[in-house]
Parts: sequence; structure tokens; C-alpha cells
Amino acid sequence: MPKLPSPPLPKALRPAPRRPGEPDEKQATTPIEVAADAGISVVDWIDERTSLSGGIRWMMFRKVPRGINWFYTLGSATMFAFLNQAVTGVFLAMYYRPDAAGGAYESVRYLTDQAFLGQLVRAMHKWGASVMIILIFMHMARVFFFGAYKYPRELTWIIGVVLLILTMAMGFTGYLLPFDQRSYWATIVGVNINGTGPFLGPYLSDFLRAGPEFGATTLSRFYAIHMMLIPGLIAALIGAHLYLVSKLGISAPPWIKAQEEPELRQTTL
Amino acid sequence: MNQAEKEAYLREYSILKNQGKPFFPYAVAKDSVMAVVVMIVIIFLAAMFGAELGPKADPTTTTYVPRPDWYFYFLFEVLRVMRNIPKFTDLATIGVPTICMILLFLLPFYDRSPERRIERRPVALAAGLTTIFAMAFLTYTGANTGSPNTVDLQPPASLTAQQKAIFRAGALVVGNSGCLACHVLGNNGNDGPGPPLTHIGRILRPEAIASTLRNPTAPMPSFAALAKQNPRQFYDLINFLGELQ
Ligand code: HEC
Ligand code: HEM
Repeated sequence: MPKLPSPPLPKALRPAPRRPGEPDEKQATTPIEVAADAGISVVDWIDERTSLSGGIRWMMFRKVPRGINWFYTLGSATMFAFLNQAVTGVFLAMYYRPDAAGGAYESVRYLTDQAFLGQLVRAMHKWGASVMIILIFMHMARVFFFGAYKYPRELTWIIGVVLLILTMAMGFTGYLLPFDQRSYWATIVGVNINGTGPFLGPYLSDFLRAGPEFGATTLSRFYAIHMMLIPGLIAALIGAHLYLVSKLGISAPPWIKAQEEPELRQTTL
Repeated sequence: MNQAEKEAYLREYSILKNQGKPFFPYAVAKDSVMAVVVMIVIIFLAAMFGAELGPKADPTTTTYVPRPDWYFYFLFEVLRVMRNIPKFTDLATIGVPTICMILLFLLPFYDRSPERRIERRPVALAAGLTTIFAMAFLTYTGANTGSPNTVDLQPPASLTAQQKAIFRAGALVVGNSGCLACHVLGNNGNDGPGPPLTHIGRILRPEAIASTLRNPTAPMPSFAALAKQNPRQFYDLINFLGELQ
């Protein structure tokens, strides 16, 4: 079992080894110390049952290579935009009704015009989608131009492409939900175009429409796909993506070359 | 990359990683700054531009020109352009987007050179820049054109104003019903598997067209449901096709 990395504490804060003559264990006396001890024992209790701390140390205190720059923040920025979509989406779902007979449109109208901060939350969800799409393409461009998809990170790239497709699918299914003229007609055309695709095309568009015709259940189907199916898949795949990034280590910028430094021998041995 | 190159990479990488800094707090600090920037941008856009809600969806109007969200413009534009170039219609039916998607998935498997510096990967550099410019250009032109499912046929001058309106409504029904997937109409649509419909009015009388739509020969889907649920749209459709002399 390889040694887990430890937190990068400055020297002054690292726990010092016990000196001869010191008592075994300091008794907590002030209320703050008692509270801190209680906190530690709760964490210890959980850790004894889950061993989570190992995973957290592995994830957080792993090293990133020299030369990491701002381009490397685009992936986590994409993830942050996704979190924004998830949080604003929950608030939208508190008001939204997937009812094609008029309820859907009415609920969005109420949300936009009357609900407290509803307009802002809806706008944040809408613009957040555009921001996420821009960030995901920029992240992909960074990975492409840095050659970061090459050995051993091929699988990270493939999961990334799935995430890209799912993100676009979120944009597509979400567009119908307000159920105004624009979203209705754009979605009809979009689903029909889907149907012209090769092999799976017609089946996919039948699945989306919930039948050969665009009907009342189509909206609920889009709603379920947009709210549960795809977000769940995206969250799971982001987890897999990040696991691979930590496992393989983030790639170094291609122009950085390793120099064999004399100190290095000492630190690694 | 062969085995020796893979091992060389892993060796080089482990040295670089050893010389690096811990993820927390160094990378986390940068990521957090970026997260704040993202949040500020989203709130700024939301507060500045809001979210509009158009008129309620109305399946009975066919005069609405469908617009997707801006990030689908490039896709729509690809489909539109491919359909209008006769040589490429086959490609368009195989699915240019499908091919691009497969190429994207398989990138690590056909680009196998160990070189990572972009200035030493001329093909990748050219392909990457071409893709970026093509997407920007297609998004731009896509923003300024109609949807790929519109039919650009103009009503004959001999019709009255009311007949012209019915003609246009029928053209929209055709666009929204997916006929262009299998039929050519003027400059739009795929050549096959169905016959061209550009001059269908010369060949079939409106009643014959109507019965074809109700009871078509496979693989054409039946549009009897449209006739039942939306007789008005069905009528416009038949009328439009009948006028295509
Ligand atoms: C899945 C592909 C497909 C779609 C979608 C489709 N068609 Fe067809 N259509 C065909 C095929 C194939 C034929 C030829 C059938 C035959 O051999 O009798 C055909 C035949 C026709 C004919 C008879 C043409 C003739 O010369 O006899 C008409 C009219 C027609 N289609 C109209 C339409 C209209 C209008 C739509 C849209 C509402 C439509 N089709 C959608 C495949 C399709
Ligand atoms: C929901 C969308 C996505 C999220 C949240 C996400 C997140 C991340 C994060 C946080 C990293 C760490 C390094 C960095 O930020 O650059 C990363 C790395 C990576 N991503 Fe993504 N990503 C997404 C989509 C994509 C896409 C679309 C691709 C490419 C098709 C991709 C391919 C990669 C690869 C190959 C790495 C490893 C890069 C390296 O080690 O240098 N990702 N991703």
C-alpha cells in the first residue's frame, strides 16, 4: 500500500513529536478545546466506519506537476457551471409543472413575473447553460492543444466526449420546457432532424416524442430526461472523469521538461 | 506510442509530478478564483439580459419560424449546407454530425504520436484551428438564416393573396413534418429514398396526394394522424403540394 500524501502544513503547524517528560495526552480544559475534541471524535467515529479520510487525502494532497497554469482551471470551471445549473434547477423545479395543456407555460409565467427572485433564478439557469457550453468547449480545446488526451489519458477523453454530448442534450431538452412558441417549434424541428439521423435516428426521435406524434406525454418525457436522467448521468460521469484525473495525475504543460536536479534525488529517495 | 515511448513518458511525468506542488491549496486556490469569476459572469448576464418568455405554444399556428438556442446554430447550418449541395446529400444522410462525433471519440486512437507540443503537431494544429473557425463561422451564418427545415419555394404569381398564404402555411407544415428527410423540394431536402416532390402537382391530383399521405407505401410513414388531429394543417399541406406545377 503506497503512502498517502499528507496535508502541506507549514512547519510551525505540524504536530510535533512528544518530548520526553510531557504528559501522554493533554487533557482538554477550556471550552474551546473540549468542543474541538468533540468535533475530532465525531470525525474519527465516521472515519473508523468509512475510511473516507484516506480518499480525501489521496484526492486533495496529491501533487500536480510544475507549470500548471490558468488553462487548467477550465475543467473545474465547467464543473462549477454544472453545479450552478443543479442548484438553480432545483429552485425552478419547485414551481414548474410539466403540463402540456397550459400548466407548464403558466407555471413559468408565474415564476418569471411573480415568484420572489424567480426571474433572476430562471435567467441564471438560462445563461448558466450558455456559460457551461462555452467553458466545456474551451476545456476541450485546452486538452486538445496540450495533447493531454494522449497515453495514458485516453479514457478521460472518451468520458469527456460523452459529457459534451450529454451537456448538449441538456440544452436541447431544457429548451422545450417553458413551452412557448419558440421552444415548441424549435423542438419539433429538432426532433424531426434527429429522426433523419442514421440507424438509431428514427428510434431516438420516437423515444423523445413518446410515440410517432408530438403529444401531451412528450413534455413529461423531456422533463424527466432533463431533470433526472441526464443530470444523474452527468454527475456520475464527472465523478469518473475526476477519479481518472486524480489517478493518472494531471498532465504537465507540454513545454515543461523534467530536469534531473541534485536535490531531487534526495527528496525522492 | 510504442511501449518504450509510453515508459519514457511515465518516467518523465513522475519526475515532473514529484517536483510539483500539492493540489490543495495551490491548484484549489486558482480553481476557486475561477469559480468566483464564473459565478460573477453568470449573475451579470442573468441580471443584464434576464430570461424572456414568448407567447404560449400553439400547435395550430404554422407561421412560426423555429429557432434553436445559439449553440445549436452550427449543427443546423451544417445540415442546411449539406442538403443544398447535391453531391453531398448522401453524406448528409449518413450523418455528418455522426461522423464528426465518431472522429472526436476516437481521437486518442488515431493520433498516436508521442509528441505533445502543439507547434510540432502541424496536422493537429491545422485541424484544431480549422474546426474552431468553421464552428465560429457556421454559428455566425446559422444565426442569420432560417432553419434547415424551411422550404424556400415561392408561391406562383398567379395565386390570390389568400391562396399565397395557404401556400406558405403548407410549406411550413412540410418543413415541420420531416418530409425533407426523404424528399427533395426545390433546393431543400434529401434526394431519396422518396421521389422528388418539386413538381408533384403535375403528376398527382390533390386527392391522390391526400390518399398517398394517408396510406403510403413503406418506408414512408403515414400521416393519417395529422389529417385527423389537424385537418387544417393537412389541408394546407395538400394544397401546397398540389400547387407545385
Ligand atoms: C421515411 C421517408 C419518407 C418520409 C419522411 C416521407 N416520405 Fe413521401 N415517400 C417516401 C417514399 C420511399 C415514397 C415512394 C413510395 C412508393 O414507392 O410508392 C414516397 C412517396 C410520396 C409521394 C408519392 C410520390 C409519387 O410520385 O407517387 C408523395 C406525394 C409523398 N411521398 C409526400 C410526402 C410528404 C408530403 C411527406 C411529409 C409530410 C412525406 N412524403 C414524408 C418516403 C418518405
Ligand atoms: C461536464 C463537463 C466536464 C467537466 C466537469 C470536466 C472536468 C475536468 C476537470 C476538473 C479536469 C482537471 C483538469 C482541468 O481542469 O483541466 C479535467 C481534465 C480532463 N478533461 Fe474534462 N471535464 C469535462 C468535459 C470534458 C470534455 C468534453 C473533454 C474532451 C472531450 C474532457 C477531457 C479531459 C481530459 C483528457 C482531461 C485530463 C487533462 C489532463 O490531465 O491534463 N473533459 N476535466
